[in-house]
Amino acid sequence: MSALPRVLPAPRGPHARRARRERALLLVPVLLLLGLVVGLPALRVVLLGFTRTELADGVRSVWAGLATHARTLHDGRFLSALRNTALFTGLSLLLEGTLGVALALLLHERFPGRGALRAAVLVPWALPTSVMALAWAWIFHDTFGMANDLLERLHLIGAPVAWLAQPGTAMAAVVIADAWKTTPFVALIVLAGLQGIPDEVHEAARVDGASAFQRLLRITLPLLVPSLVVALLFRAVQAWGAFDVVYVMTGGGPGGSTETLSLYAYQSYFRYLDFGYGAAVATQGMLLALALAALVVRLASRREEA
Amino acid sequence: MTGFRRRPLAAAALAVGVALAATWSLLPAAWQALTAVKPDAQITAVPAVWIPHPPTAAHVRALWERKPFGRYLANSAGISLCATFLALAAAAPAAAALVRMRPRARNRWLLGLLLVSLFPPILLLFPLYEGVRALGLVNSPLALVLPYAAFGLPLAVWILEAGFREVPREVEEAATLDGLGPLGRLLRVQLPLAAPAVTAAALLTFIASWNEFLLALSFTTRDRAKTVTAGIASVSGASLYEVPWGQLSAAIVLSTLPVILLVLLFERRITSGLTGGAVKG
Repeated sequence: MSALPRVLPAPRGPHARRARRERALLLVPVLLLLGLVVGLPALRVVLLGFTRTELADGVRSVWAGLATHARTLHDGRFLSALRNTALFTGLSLLLEGTLGVALALLLHERFPGRGALRAAVLVPWALPTSVMALAWAWIFHDTFGMANDLLERLHLIGAPVAWLAQPGTAMAAVVIADAWKTTPFVALIVLAGLQGIPDEVHEAARVDGASAFQRLLRITLPLLVPSLVVALLFRAVQAWGAFDVVYVMTGGGPGGSTETLSLYAYQSYFRYLDFGYGAAVATQGMLLALALAALVVRLASRREEA
Repeated sequence: MTGFRRRPLAAAALAVGVALAATWSLLPAAWQALTAVKPDAQITAVPAVWIPHPPTAAHVRALWERKPFGRYLANSAGISLCATFLALAAAAPAAAALVRMRPRARNRWLLGLLLVSLFPPILLLFPLYEGVRALGLVNSPLALVLPYAAFGLPLAVWILEAGFREVPREVEEAATLDGLGPLGRLLRVQLPLAAPAVTAAALLTFIASWNEFLLALSFTTRDRAKTVTAGIASVSGASLYEVPWGQLSAAIVLSTLPVILLVLLFERRITSGLTGGAVKG
């Protein structure tokens, strides 16, 4: 595919030039809109991170070089937010990766009502995160919630759990709410990957006497790794920037135990009016996400080559 | 239908799997729907009363009286529709240009768009907020329409480009010979022939706009300017422990119903839009 343009001579002449100019014009609206909403703001926020915000008389931004960025090194709350973000992202990916693969394998089977199940499974993905986060707060309500009621009826817990009032269980509740919403995305991408595995591969293994379980373990799962990696890569970047679900369900509490980097940046900016520091936290968060994504892509491509 | 025949054990396992998948996907939303029509005494009953008897419309009525909820819904619908239209209007010409590019240049563009779509919203929030305030656009629908359209662009271009690529080259060339310019080709040939891709791109942009929360929360201060996601945040009481759960559940159900309907009607389009780009890329 990439060898083709080198073989073809570059189109020349007035006709080709006009076609190129037409193409450039067609791209103007996209560039304009993205420049206005993404490009300029991204530049502005990075610059803002190099300023110190002074609230003495009115709000003033003073150039501070790296001083504002350096504050994160000694900021316990930043480090705790970083840890929470990593924990949230890791747990969320683990849960939705597992459930997503299971759902994809299920939807790959042929059975009556599969179309209806596919639509049902997609519903959580389409619902607004902030709104469903409220729904999950109600589900995890300590006295009247559905979670405690179900678990007590199944005799899995003896007494009601105050889910959102303790650090460990609050993180678990937020992760479950996030995984509920995002599992369909992982499942659909993996399912598309599954549908790309030729039937002959399974047939050949069946002929060779492989059991259904062996076929799953040795053929299906390894072959769906590429699509799973793609899905989880998208999800990792999104989970790292998660805001809605945490802001609504716990507000970062109890005791900052679920505060993510996005939430901390938001609080620094809107609550403490520390604009420069909020921008620095957001920028560092994104740089870490980029480094993480680059690392994963690197590892994945190395594995593919080997 | 011999394809459905299985050994009893496998059939049982499949049935359990289907039941679990349906429960996991629908129960949280169903619990809200039940709470929304449950009388107050049953909402706060321990152990929980699952089926409301009799169902009540009191919460919906109270919600409507206390909050301009119809206005929230109208705002969300209007803003999401405008953003969707704007995103498609900008994405379609771009996709038409990309289809005609050499593969290497095209892939570079698509990759660039993908990177843009991965920017965390929190990073863009602060400068956008400054801009919105400087331009006096707080509480204006425009402050949300433009960003939502921009956020929807990358995926829309991906989906439309894939759709346009399916349009046979000969059809396009025939249109050119008939004297159609790039815009004429786009409107008369490419968009109609790639209708499924257009639908998918529109659905995904609309749903994402309807669901957006962070900007809606930050750029609207007046109640009547709020979208449903921002409005619902203001339905709850001072803390999580004095929340009017019946009203809140009613609000949750009313704001999610439109997207649930879209999913049930257009499941195949949405799925193809979501998976098309990611799997090819």
